[in-house]
Amino acid sequence: MHGRPRKPLKPEESAASIDKANKLRALQSQFYHIHHNKIYDKEALDLSAKLLEMNPEIYTAWNYRKLGVESNLQSLSDPDSIKSLLDEELRVVESALRQNYKSYGAWHHRKWVLRKGYSSIEREFRLLDQFLKADSRNFHGWNYRRFVAALQNVSDEEELKFTTDKINANFSNYSAWHNRSVLLSHLLNRKAQGFVPREKVLSEEYELVHQALFTDPDDQSGWFYHLWLLDQTVNQDTTLLISSWPVHGLELTLSNNRTEDVRLSSPFPAFNLDNFVHKEGVPLILYFNQAVEGVNSSTVTVNSMLEKNENLIWKPLSTNKSGKAHSWMTYLKIPDVRNSALKAHTIEVSLGHSQGIISSRGCHCIHPTCFRFTLNLQFNDSENMETERSTEMINWKDENFVTSDAFLQDFTPTLLRFNQLTINEGYVSTISNWHVETLENEIALFRELLSEVNCKIAKLTLARLLMSLDIVMSSGAICKQRTHTKEVLELFNDLVKMDPVHSRYYKDQHSLLLMEQVTSDEESLAKHFWYYKELTSSLSQTNFCLRLNKLSLSRIGFLERLLWIQMLDLSHNELHSIEGLESLQLLIYLNLSHNRISCFTALEPLRLIKSLRSLDISYNEIGIHSIDTTRYLCSSPLSHTRASDCHVEEHATVNVEVANYWEALLIFKDMRLTQLDIAGNAVDNENFRMLLVKELPSLLWVDGARVK
Amino acid sequence: MREVGQARPAKVMALLIIIKPKIVDPAFPTYIFRLKPKEEGIVYFSFIGYFTEQTTSLFLQVPKSRNQTSGLGMGELEIDKHVQYVLAVEKKKDDFESLVMEHLRMNGAYWGLTTLDILQKLGSVDQDAVVSWVMSCQHDCGGFSGNVGHDPHVLFTLSAVQILALFDRLDVLDIDKVSSCIAGLQNEDGSFSGDIWGEIDTRFSYCAICCLAILHRLDRINVEKAVNYIVSCKNLDGGFGCTPGGESHAGQIFCCVGALAITGSLHHVDKDLLGWWLCERQVKAGGLNGRPEKLPDVCYSWWVLSSLTIIDRVHWIDKDKLAKFILDCQDKENGGISDRPDDAVDVFHTYFGVAGLSLLEYPGLKAIDPAYALPVDVVNKIFFGR
Repeated sequence: MHGRPRKPLKPEESAASIDKANKLRALQSQFYHIHHNKIYDKEALDLSAKLLEMNPEIYTAWNYRKLGVESNLQSLSDPDSIKSLLDEELRVVESALRQNYKSYGAWHHRKWVLRKGYSSIEREFRLLDQFLKADSRNFHGWNYRRFVAALQNVSDEEELKFTTDKINANFSNYSAWHNRSVLLSHLLNRKAQGFVPREKVLSEEYELVHQALFTDPDDQSGWFYHLWLLDQTVNQDTTLLISSWPVHGLELTLSNNRTEDVRLSSPFPAFNLDNFVHKEGVPLILYFNQAVEGVNSSTVTVNSMLEKNENLIWKPLSTNKSGKAHSWMTYLKIPDVRNSALKAHTIEVSLGHSQGIISSRGCHCIHPTCFRFTLNLQFNDSENMETERSTEMINWKDENFVTSDAFLQDFTPTLLRFNQLTINEGYVSTISNWHVETLENEIALFRELLSEVNCKIAKLTLARLLMSLDIVMSSGAICKQRTHTKEVLELFNDLVKMDPVHSRYYKDQHSLLLMEQVTSDEESLAKHFWYYKELTSSLSQTNFCLRLNKLSLSRIGFLERLLWIQMLDLSHNELHSIEGLESLQLLIYLNLSHNRISCFTALEPLRLIKSLRSLDISYNEIGIHSIDTTRYLCSSPLSHTRASDCHVEEHATVNVEVANYWEALLIFKDMRLTQLDIAGNAVDNENFRMLLVKELPSLLWVDGARVK
Repeated sequence: MREVGQARPAKVMALLIIIKPKIVDPAFPTYIFRLKPKEEGIVYFSFIGYFTEQTTSLFLQVPKSRNQTSGLGMGELEIDKHVQYVLAVEKKKDDFESLVMEHLRMNGAYWGLTTLDILQKLGSVDQDAVVSWVMSCQHDCGGFSGNVGHDPHVLFTLSAVQILALFDRLDVLDIDKVSSCIAGLQNEDGSFSGDIWGEIDTRFSYCAICCLAILHRLDRINVEKAVNYIVSCKNLDGGFGCTPGGESHAGQIFCCVGALAITGSLHHVDKDLLGWWLCERQVKAGGLNGRPEKLPDVCYSWWVLSSLTIIDRVHWIDKDKLAKFILDCQDKENGGISDRPDDAVDVFHTYFGVAGLSLLEYPGLKAIDPAYALPVDVVNKIFFGR
C-alpha cells in the first residue's frame, strides 16, 4: 500500500475496517446486479455513485455509468436536461477525484463527458487550478490540462505563460519544465510570432533556468531543462559525410601476391584481396555524422571504370532494422585483370548534389562532397584468385608485437594519409558568434557556481558544456584537436569519486573521451601501433595492429577514425559492449579478451563484419550472468527481427540444451571465423565446443587447438 | 564543542567534501572531510554529533555496517515468508484491502504467481484451479476482465495470457479470438484503447503488443503505426509519456521501451539520454524514484531496472545499494515487500521487489525477462521451443 505505515490495526480501527468492508461488499453485490441487468434508473445510478466514491478505481462502475448516460440520453432532447444529466457525471467524478486524484478511470470518465460538448470548459480550468495547487506534479492533472486546452483551442503562448507562472511559484516543478519544453519546441519549430529569432528565445530561457539552478543546485528539475537548451543550442541539424574508406587521395594496392613483400614499396595501403574482397569486391564505406537513410546510386555517384554506378548496391551498417545508419557500404567489383600485371583505376565518389540522404532528425545532406582514390590491381598468380588462403593462427602474446622509433617514423606519414579527412573543407559551418558566446557564458557561470558549492550535476553540466564548445569550435573537421579534453577527463574522474552510485556512467563518458584523445591525431594514434611479427605470410598491411589494450576502456567510440583497421587489440579493458564496431568493415583479427562481455548477444556488431576471421573473447564474463542486457539489442525472434531458426530438434544429435545457447548460434552462424578463443568464460565446456565445431564449418582453431 | 541540536538543514551538508577514506581499522573506516562553509560562521554536522568552526579537517569514524561482507552486502531475502505471504493473499478475500483490489484480481494473480515462479515455488499452487478461474473471466469478445463479473480490458487480458504462459497452458485459449479482440482495439493513428470506451494510453500499446507477441499474432495489427504512435509520445528528456506531450514517467517508459523492444524498434530510443535520466532515478539511499524529485519506491525497481536492462545501461546505477533498499522493505516477520521501509506490504510491491532482485541477479532467483515480464525460461520456451 503506497505510503501506509506497516503496523497492526488498533481494535477500533479493525472494527471500522470490518464495517467498511461489509458496506463495500454489499454495494458491490448490488452493483453487479444492476450492471448485469442493465438497470439505469436514478436509484441504481446513485448506488454506483456511492460505490465509486468509496472506491474510484472500480473501472466497471465507470463503464456502467457511461452505459447509463447513453441509455438515458436517448430519451432526452432539450439541451438543459442533457446538460444537467452530464453535470451529475462531472459531480460524481469530482468527488471520486477528491477521494483519489490518481484514478485513471475517473479522469477518463470526465474526458468522455467533456467530449459530448455540453459542459463549461472554464469550470474545468478552475478545477484544475485547485488540483495542481494541491499537487503541482500530478501528471493526470497536467494531461487533463493539455486535453481541455486543446478542446478550447487555447494557444501555445497562453499555456507557456501558465508554465512560467507555475515555475515562478516553485522552481522545483519538473512537470512544468517538461510542459514548457513541449510548448516551446512547437513554437520554435513553427517560428511563431515573438519566437524568432531562435537565439533570442533560447537566451531568455537560459536566464529563466539559471534562476532555478542557482536557487537550489541540488534540485534536478531545472537541470534536465538546461540539458535540452544545450541540445537546442549546439545541435546544428546538418548532415555531413565525415569519413570514408578509402580516403581521399589514397593509392590503394590490391594484390593477391603472397610471396613478394609489397609492404616495402608501399608500406600501408596494400591490402590483400582475399581477406575481405573474396567474391564481392572492394568495400567502399561512407560514414556520416548522423544516422542517415537514402544512400543509393542516385544520391551517391561513383565514377569508375570498374563498375557502372547504377549497379552499386548500398547497405546500411546497422544492427537494427531501421534502414538508417552512420555508415553505409557497397562493394566495387574487381574486373578480370589476369592478363595485365598492373592496372590503375581512379575512382571518384560524389554526393550531396541531391536531397535524398536524410538523417533521423530529418535534415538532408546537401553539402556537395567529392573524393577520389586510386586502385592499383596487382595480380601475379591468377590461380589463387578463387581460393581463400588458409589463415594462420594469431597469437596475441605481448612478445609477438614490436615497435620502434624508426618504425614509427616510417609509419607516421602513411597514417597521416589515412587521417586525411579533408572531405568537408569547403563546408561553411552555421556556427555563429552567438553559439560560442552562449557556451562560454554558461561555462563561466557554472565555474562560478562550482567555486561555491560542490554539486555533481553542475560539474557534469560543465563537462558537457566544455565538450560542446570543443565540438562547436571544430565543427566540420572531425580530427581537429580539442582544447578542453584534459579538463573534462579530470571532471569525470572527480565525478566518479563524488557520486559513486553513478560511477560507471562517468567512467563510460571518460572512456569515450579517452578514445577521442587517442584517435585525435597521428601522433597519439601512432603510439598505439605495433607490428605483429608472428604472421609468416607476406600480407603486408595486416601486420600492423592497433593496440588499445590496458586503457581501462569501458566504452568505445570515434570509430569513424579507424575505418581502415584490420587488426585490433582491445584486450584487458572493461568493455561490456562493442556497439559501433560494425563500422570497421576491414577488420580481420580482433582481440576482446579480458573484458566484461557478459553475453554472446553483445557481439551482434561482429555479425556485420564479413571480413572477420579471428576472434578472441577469452576471459570475459559470458555464462556467469543470469540477466542478458543485450538480449534486445540483437536480432532475434524475441524482438521479431529474425525468424527462429535454431529449434531444439535440429540439434538433437549434439547433446546440449540448444535453448541455452541460442544466442551463440544466432551470432556465430553468419560469421566465417577460422579462429575462436573462448577459454576463461563460464559458458565454455566440452558440449558447447562440440556444438560450435558442428555449427561453424569454417572454424579451424578453438582456444589454440586445431579442430579440423 | 557544542551539542548538535540546531543543526542546519541539507544545504550546508552539501558543502561537505569527502577527501579520502583512511582505513586503519577495517571495522571502523575513517574518512577525512573538508568543510567549506558558504559564508562565515558555524557549520554543523547534523548526523555525527560533532561540529567544527570554519574551514577545517576532522576525522570521524563511521561504523561499518555489519552485513557489508555477506553476499550482496545486506540482509537476506526471506523467500519462505514471501511465498507464505503470496499464498495467503491469494486466499484472502474478505477484508477491506482485498475488496478494494477485487476488481483487478487478474493483475494480482499475475503478480503473485510470477513472484512464486521467480522464487521457484510455482509448484505450490493448484494450477487447474487457477486456469479455470482465469478462463471464467473471459468474455464473449475474447478479452478478459479483472475478476468474474467485471468488464473486459486489455490490462487484464495481458495478465491472463501471462498467467497461462507461466503454466505453459496457452493451449486452453482460442488464440484467434483473443488476438482479434486485441487487434480491434487499435486506432487509426496506431494507438490502442484499453477497451470499448476509448481511453488511450501507451500502457495499452504495451499490453496489446506483449500479448500478441506471446500468442505469435503480432501480424494481426499494424506494427509500424503502433511503433510510430509510441515514438510520438517520446519526450525531450528521452523518456515517454502516456499520450503525446505527457510527462516522462518510469512506468510509462517501461511500457514504451518494452513495446519497442518486442517490435525490434529500439533504434527510436536515445539510449544514452534515456539511460542517464533513468539512472538519475536512483537516490542517495539506493532506492529508485519514478520521476525527478520524487520519493523512492520499490515498484520502480522494476519499471526503471527493466528499462535500463533493455537498453543495456543498467550498469549506470549502484545495484548493491538498490538491492539493499529492496531488502530493507521486506516485512521480515510476516512476509511481503512494501513501497518503502516500514510501510504496509502488498502483493504488487512484493512482485516488483522480487522481480527487481531477479534483474539484479540476486542468488537463488529465476531470471526474469525485462520486456515480457515473465521468467526467461518461460519466454525462451515461447520463442525457441517446439
